[in-house]
Amino acid sequence: MTSAGSGLTLLQTCALSLLVFTGASQFALVGALAGGGNPFTAAAGAFFLGVRNAFYGLRLSQLLALPRAVRPFAAQWVIDETTAVALAQPTRRSVRIGFTVTGLSLYVLWNLTTLLGALGAEAIGDTDAWGLDAAGPAVFLALLAPMLKTTMERAVGGLAVVLGLGLLPVLPAGVPVLVAALAAPAVLWAEGRRRGRTTQAKPDDVPGEDR
Amino acid sequence: MNIWIAIGLTAVGCYAVKLIGLLVPAGVLERPLVQRLAALLPVALLAALTAQQTFADGRVLVLDAKAAGLAAAAVALLLRAPFLLVVAAAVLVTAGVRAMTG
Repeated sequence: MTSAGSGLTLLQTCALSLLVFTGASQFALVGALAGGGNPFTAAAGAFFLGVRNAFYGLRLSQLLALPRAVRPFAAQWVIDETTAVALAQPTRRSVRIGFTVTGLSLYVLWNLTTLLGALGAEAIGDTDAWGLDAAGPAVFLALLAPMLKTTMERAVGGLAVVLGLGLLPVLPAGVPVLVAALAAPAVLWAEGRRRGRTTQAKPDDVPGEDR
Repeated sequence: MNIWIAIGLTAVGCYAVKLIGLLVPAGVLERPLVQRLAALLPVALLAALTAQQTFADGRVLVLDAKAAGLAAAAVALLLRAPFLLVVAAAVLVTAGVRAMTG
Protein backbone atom coordinates (compact mmCIF):
# COMPACT_ATOMS: atom_id res chain seq x y z
CA MET A 1 0.00 0.00 0.00
CA THR A 2 2.08 2.90 1.23
CA SER A 3 5.24 1.04 0.36
CA ALA A 4 4.57 1.06 -3.38
CA GLY A 5 4.84 4.84 -3.26
CA SER A 6 8.16 4.86 -1.41
CA GLY A 7 10.51 3.11 -3.78
CA LEU A 8 9.82 -0.57 -3.12
CA THR A 9 9.01 -2.80 -6.07
CA LEU A 10 5.76 -4.78 -6.31
CA LEU A 11 7.66 -7.97 -5.44
CA GLN A 12 9.34 -6.37 -2.42
CA THR A 13 6.06 -4.96 -1.16
CA CYS A 14 4.33 -8.33 -1.38
CA ALA A 15 7.28 -10.22 0.10
CA LEU A 16 7.15 -7.87 3.06
CA SER A 17 3.50 -8.66 3.75
CA LEU A 18 3.92 -12.40 3.22
CA LEU A 19 7.07 -12.80 5.30
CA VAL A 20 6.83 -10.20 8.02
CA PHE A 21 3.05 -10.10 8.51
CA THR A 22 2.88 -7.66 11.37
CA GLY A 23 1.55 -4.36 10.09
CA ALA A 24 3.30 -1.93 12.40
CA SER A 25 6.72 -3.40 11.61
CA GLN A 26 6.03 -3.27 7.88
CA PHE A 27 5.05 0.39 7.98
CA ALA A 28 8.05 1.21 10.15
CA LEU A 29 10.42 -0.56 7.79
CA VAL A 30 8.98 1.13 4.72
CA GLY A 31 8.96 4.51 6.43
CA ALA A 32 12.59 4.18 7.51
CA LEU A 33 13.70 3.01 4.05
CA ALA A 34 11.77 5.79 2.33
CA GLY A 35 13.40 8.29 4.69
CA GLY A 36 16.78 7.12 3.43
CA GLY A 37 17.66 5.07 6.51
CA ASN A 38 20.16 2.23 6.12
CA PRO A 39 18.69 -1.29 6.00
CA PHE A 40 20.04 -2.28 9.42
CA THR A 41 18.56 0.63 11.37
CA ALA A 42 15.32 0.23 9.43
CA ALA A 43 15.17 -3.47 10.29
CA ALA A 44 16.03 -2.76 13.95
CA GLY A 45 13.10 -0.35 14.29
CA ALA A 46 10.74 -2.81 12.67
CA PHE A 47 12.08 -5.56 14.93
CA PHE A 48 11.36 -3.53 18.09
CA LEU A 49 7.80 -3.05 16.94
CA GLY A 50 7.52 -6.82 16.49
CA VAL A 51 8.83 -7.72 19.97
CA ARG A 52 5.39 -7.28 21.53
CA ASN A 53 4.27 -10.37 19.60
CA ALA A 54 6.44 -12.45 21.94
CA PHE A 55 4.26 -11.32 24.87
CA TYR A 56 1.17 -12.30 22.90
CA GLY A 57 2.72 -15.70 22.24
CA LEU A 58 3.21 -16.22 26.00
CA ARG A 59 -0.48 -15.81 26.61
CA LEU A 60 -1.60 -17.64 23.49
CA SER A 61 0.50 -20.70 24.13
CA GLN A 62 -1.42 -21.32 27.41
CA LEU A 63 -4.77 -20.85 25.73
CA LEU A 64 -4.10 -22.71 22.52
CA ALA A 65 -2.11 -25.58 24.09
CA LEU A 66 -0.73 -26.48 20.69
CA PRO A 67 1.44 -29.53 20.04
CA ARG A 68 5.11 -28.52 19.77
CA ALA A 69 5.28 -29.49 16.10
CA VAL A 70 2.44 -27.14 15.14
CA ARG A 71 3.85 -24.11 16.95
CA PRO A 72 6.33 -22.99 14.26
CA PHE A 73 3.41 -22.81 11.81
CA ALA A 74 1.08 -21.00 14.20
CA ALA A 75 3.81 -18.51 15.13
CA GLN A 76 3.51 -16.42 11.97
CA TRP A 77 -0.07 -15.57 12.94
CA VAL A 78 0.77 -14.37 16.45
CA ILE A 79 -0.21 -10.71 16.03
CA ASP A 80 -2.36 -8.04 17.71
CA GLU A 81 -5.63 -9.06 16.10
CA THR A 82 -5.43 -12.85 16.49
CA THR A 83 -4.41 -12.47 20.14
CA ALA A 84 -7.25 -10.10 20.89
CA VAL A 85 -9.83 -12.36 19.25
CA ALA A 86 -8.44 -15.53 20.86
CA LEU A 87 -8.39 -13.92 24.33
CA ALA A 88 -12.06 -13.02 23.99
CA GLN A 89 -13.09 -16.67 23.57
CA PRO A 90 -14.53 -18.66 26.51
CA THR A 91 -13.33 -22.21 25.72
CA ARG A 92 -10.14 -23.78 24.34
CA ARG A 93 -12.02 -25.00 21.28
CA SER A 94 -13.30 -21.54 20.44
CA VAL A 95 -9.88 -20.03 21.23
CA ARG A 96 -8.33 -22.33 18.63
CA ILE A 97 -11.08 -21.64 16.10
CA GLY A 98 -10.87 -17.88 16.75
CA PHE A 99 -7.11 -17.87 16.36
CA THR A 100 -7.15 -19.93 13.16
CA VAL A 101 -10.03 -18.12 11.47
CA THR A 102 -8.65 -14.68 12.35
CA GLY A 103 -5.13 -15.68 11.37
CA LEU A 104 -6.11 -17.20 8.07
CA SER A 105 -8.57 -14.51 7.00
CA LEU A 106 -6.24 -11.69 8.01
CA TYR A 107 -3.28 -13.33 6.28
CA VAL A 108 -5.23 -13.73 3.04
CA LEU A 109 -6.86 -10.30 3.21
CA TRP A 110 -3.70 -8.48 4.26
CA ASN A 111 -1.70 -9.97 1.40
CA LEU A 112 -4.47 -9.46 -1.14
CA THR A 113 -4.92 -5.83 -0.17
CA THR A 114 -1.14 -5.38 -0.28
CA LEU A 115 -1.10 -6.69 -3.84
CA LEU A 116 -4.10 -4.64 -4.90
CA GLY A 117 -2.77 -1.59 -3.10
CA ALA A 118 0.63 -1.93 -4.71
CA LEU A 119 -0.98 -2.37 -8.15
CA GLY A 120 -3.33 0.56 -7.90
CA ALA A 121 -1.96 2.81 -5.19
CA GLU A 122 -2.94 5.95 -7.09
CA ALA A 123 -6.33 4.65 -8.19
CA ILE A 124 -7.65 4.36 -4.63
CA GLY A 125 -6.68 7.91 -3.75
CA ASP A 126 -6.55 9.21 -0.21
CA THR A 127 -7.87 6.54 2.18
CA ASP A 128 -7.65 9.03 5.06
CA ALA A 129 -10.44 11.13 3.51
CA TRP A 130 -12.75 8.15 4.05
CA GLY A 131 -11.83 7.92 7.72
CA LEU A 132 -10.45 4.41 7.22
CA ASP A 133 -7.41 5.16 9.36
CA ALA A 134 -9.75 5.30 12.37
CA ALA A 135 -10.77 1.67 11.82
CA GLY A 136 -7.51 0.31 13.28
CA PRO A 137 -7.73 2.00 16.68
CA ALA A 138 -11.50 1.35 16.81
CA VAL A 139 -10.87 -2.39 16.32
CA PHE A 140 -8.27 -2.34 19.10
CA LEU A 141 -10.62 -0.44 21.39
CA ALA A 142 -13.46 -2.88 20.74
CA LEU A 143 -11.15 -5.79 21.56
CA LEU A 144 -9.69 -4.06 24.60
CA ALA A 145 -13.03 -3.03 26.16
CA PRO A 146 -14.10 -6.50 27.38
CA MET A 147 -10.68 -6.97 29.03
CA LEU A 148 -11.12 -3.92 31.27
CA LYS A 149 -13.25 -5.55 33.94
CA THR A 150 -11.29 -5.10 37.16
CA THR A 151 -9.69 -1.99 38.65
CA MET A 152 -6.33 -3.57 38.08
CA GLU A 153 -6.92 -4.04 34.37
CA ARG A 154 -8.11 -0.45 34.08
CA ALA A 155 -5.05 0.77 35.96
CA VAL A 156 -2.79 -1.17 33.59
CA GLY A 157 -4.63 0.24 30.55
CA GLY A 158 -4.50 3.81 31.84
CA LEU A 159 -0.82 3.65 32.76
CA ALA A 160 -0.02 2.07 29.38
CA VAL A 161 -1.78 4.90 27.52
CA VAL A 162 0.16 7.53 29.48
CA LEU A 163 3.49 5.75 28.89
CA GLY A 164 2.75 4.98 25.24
CA LEU A 165 1.84 8.56 24.38
CA GLY A 166 4.19 10.35 26.74
CA LEU A 167 7.31 8.54 25.55
CA LEU A 168 6.42 8.62 21.86
CA PRO A 169 8.24 11.87 21.04
CA VAL A 170 11.38 10.95 22.99
CA LEU A 171 12.08 7.28 22.23
CA PRO A 172 12.68 5.52 18.86
CA ALA A 173 9.67 4.01 17.07
CA GLY A 174 8.40 0.81 18.64
CA VAL A 175 10.13 1.31 22.00
CA PRO A 176 7.33 3.33 23.71
CA VAL A 177 4.89 0.44 23.22
CA LEU A 178 7.36 -1.93 24.86
CA VAL A 179 7.87 0.46 27.78
CA ALA A 180 4.08 0.77 28.05
CA ALA A 181 3.95 -3.02 28.46
CA LEU A 182 5.82 -2.48 31.75
CA ALA A 183 2.54 -1.08 33.08
CA ALA A 184 1.47 -4.71 33.60
CA PRO A 185 4.31 -5.78 35.95
CA ALA A 186 4.26 -2.34 37.61
CA VAL A 187 0.58 -2.58 38.54
CA LEU A 188 0.98 -6.24 39.60
CA TRP A 189 3.85 -5.23 41.89
CA ALA A 190 1.91 -2.32 43.40
CA GLU A 191 -1.10 -4.60 43.91
CA GLY A 192 1.13 -7.23 45.55
CA ARG A 193 2.48 -4.65 48.00
CA ARG A 194 -0.98 -3.36 48.82
CA ARG A 195 -2.29 -6.87 49.33
CA GLY A 196 0.75 -7.75 51.42
CA ARG A 197 -0.10 -4.93 53.82
CA THR A 198 -3.78 -5.81 54.12
CA THR A 199 -3.04 -9.50 54.75
CA GLN A 200 -0.65 -8.52 57.50
CA ALA A 201 -3.36 -6.39 59.06
CA LYS A 202 -5.99 -9.10 58.75
CA PRO A 203 -4.31 -12.54 58.93
CA ASP A 204 -7.64 -14.36 58.42
CA ASP A 205 -7.97 -12.92 54.95
CA VAL A 206 -7.39 -15.42 52.14
CA PRO A 207 -4.87 -13.96 49.72
CA GLY A 208 -5.10 -14.50 45.99
CA GLU A 209 -8.86 -14.89 45.68
CA ASP A 210 -8.68 -12.47 42.76
CA ARG A 211 -11.38 -12.16 40.13
CA MET B 1 19.59 -5.08 -2.75
CA ASN B 2 19.68 -3.09 0.50
CA ILE B 3 15.91 -3.23 0.63
CA TRP B 4 15.98 -7.01 0.34
CA ILE B 5 18.47 -7.19 3.23
CA ALA B 6 16.15 -5.08 5.35
CA ILE B 7 13.14 -7.20 4.41
CA GLY B 8 15.03 -10.39 5.19
CA LEU B 9 16.27 -9.18 8.59
CA THR B 10 12.84 -7.90 9.58
CA ALA B 11 11.11 -11.11 8.48
CA VAL B 12 13.51 -13.35 10.42
CA GLY B 13 13.50 -11.14 13.52
CA CYS B 14 9.74 -10.72 13.64
CA TYR B 15 9.13 -14.44 13.12
CA ALA B 16 11.64 -15.34 15.83
CA VAL B 17 9.98 -13.20 18.50
CA LYS B 18 6.55 -14.60 17.60
CA LEU B 19 7.90 -18.16 17.97
CA ILE B 20 9.75 -17.48 21.24
CA GLY B 21 6.51 -16.55 22.98
CA LEU B 22 4.87 -19.81 21.92
CA LEU B 23 7.86 -22.00 22.85
CA VAL B 24 8.29 -20.94 26.47
CA PRO B 25 7.87 -24.18 28.47
CA ALA B 26 4.48 -24.86 30.03
CA GLY B 27 6.01 -25.26 33.51
CA VAL B 28 6.98 -21.60 33.62
CA LEU B 29 3.49 -20.59 32.56
CA GLU B 30 1.78 -22.51 35.37
CA ARG B 31 3.10 -20.13 38.01
CA PRO B 32 0.24 -17.80 39.05
CA LEU B 33 2.35 -14.64 38.82
CA VAL B 34 3.37 -15.43 35.24
CA GLN B 35 -0.24 -16.19 34.33
CA ARG B 36 -1.50 -12.90 35.71
CA LEU B 37 1.32 -11.02 34.01
CA ALA B 38 0.60 -12.73 30.69
CA ALA B 39 -3.09 -11.80 31.05
CA LEU B 40 -2.28 -8.15 31.81
CA LEU B 41 0.38 -7.63 29.11
CA PRO B 42 -2.08 -7.65 26.17
CA VAL B 43 -4.19 -5.08 28.07
CA ALA B 44 -1.18 -2.77 28.37
CA LEU B 45 -0.11 -3.30 24.77
CA LEU B 46 -3.57 -2.87 23.25
CA ALA B 47 -4.24 0.25 25.32
CA ALA B 48 -0.92 1.81 24.29
CA LEU B 49 -1.44 0.88 20.61
CA THR B 50 -4.99 2.25 20.56
CA ALA B 51 -3.80 5.54 22.04
CA GLN B 52 -0.84 5.82 19.69
CA GLN B 53 -2.84 5.05 16.56
CA THR B 54 -5.40 7.67 17.56
CA PHE B 55 -3.29 10.50 18.92
CA ALA B 56 0.01 10.11 17.08
CA ASP B 57 1.22 10.85 13.59
CA GLY B 58 4.63 9.26 13.38
CA ARG B 59 6.36 10.51 16.52
CA VAL B 60 4.29 13.67 16.86
CA LEU B 61 1.22 13.79 19.10
CA VAL B 62 -1.85 15.10 17.29
CA LEU B 63 -5.49 15.71 18.08
CA ASP B 64 -7.46 15.29 14.86
CA ALA B 65 -10.67 13.78 13.50
CA LYS B 66 -9.58 10.28 14.61
CA ALA B 67 -10.10 11.32 18.24
CA ALA B 68 -13.77 12.09 17.46
CA GLY B 69 -14.02 8.75 15.65
CA LEU B 70 -12.59 6.88 18.61
CA ALA B 71 -14.93 8.71 20.98
CA ALA B 72 -17.84 7.55 18.79
CA ALA B 73 -16.50 4.00 18.98
CA ALA B 74 -16.30 4.27 22.78
CA VAL B 75 -19.90 5.46 22.98
CA ALA B 76 -20.97 2.61 20.70
CA LEU B 77 -19.14 0.16 22.99
CA LEU B 78 -20.85 1.56 26.08
CA LEU B 79 -24.19 1.07 24.32
CA ARG B 80 -23.14 -2.56 23.69
CA ALA B 81 -23.24 -2.11 19.92
CA PRO B 82 -22.00 -5.03 17.81
CA PHE B 83 -18.36 -5.06 16.73
CA LEU B 84 -18.88 -3.95 13.13
CA LEU B 85 -21.11 -1.08 14.20
CA VAL B 86 -18.40 0.13 16.60
CA VAL B 87 -15.82 0.21 13.80
CA ALA B 88 -18.30 1.76 11.36
CA ALA B 89 -19.13 4.50 13.87
CA ALA B 90 -15.44 5.37 14.19
CA VAL B 91 -14.90 5.44 10.42
CA LEU B 92 -18.04 7.47 9.65
CA VAL B 93 -17.51 10.05 12.39
CA THR B 94 -13.85 10.48 11.41
CA ALA B 95 -14.78 10.96 7.74
CA GLY B 96 -17.61 13.31 8.72
CA VAL B 97 -15.43 15.49 10.93
CA ARG B 98 -12.75 15.63 8.21
CA ALA B 99 -15.33 16.60 5.59
CA MET B 100 -16.66 19.39 7.79
CA THR B 101 -13.30 20.78 8.89
CA GLY B 102 -11.80 20.35 5.42
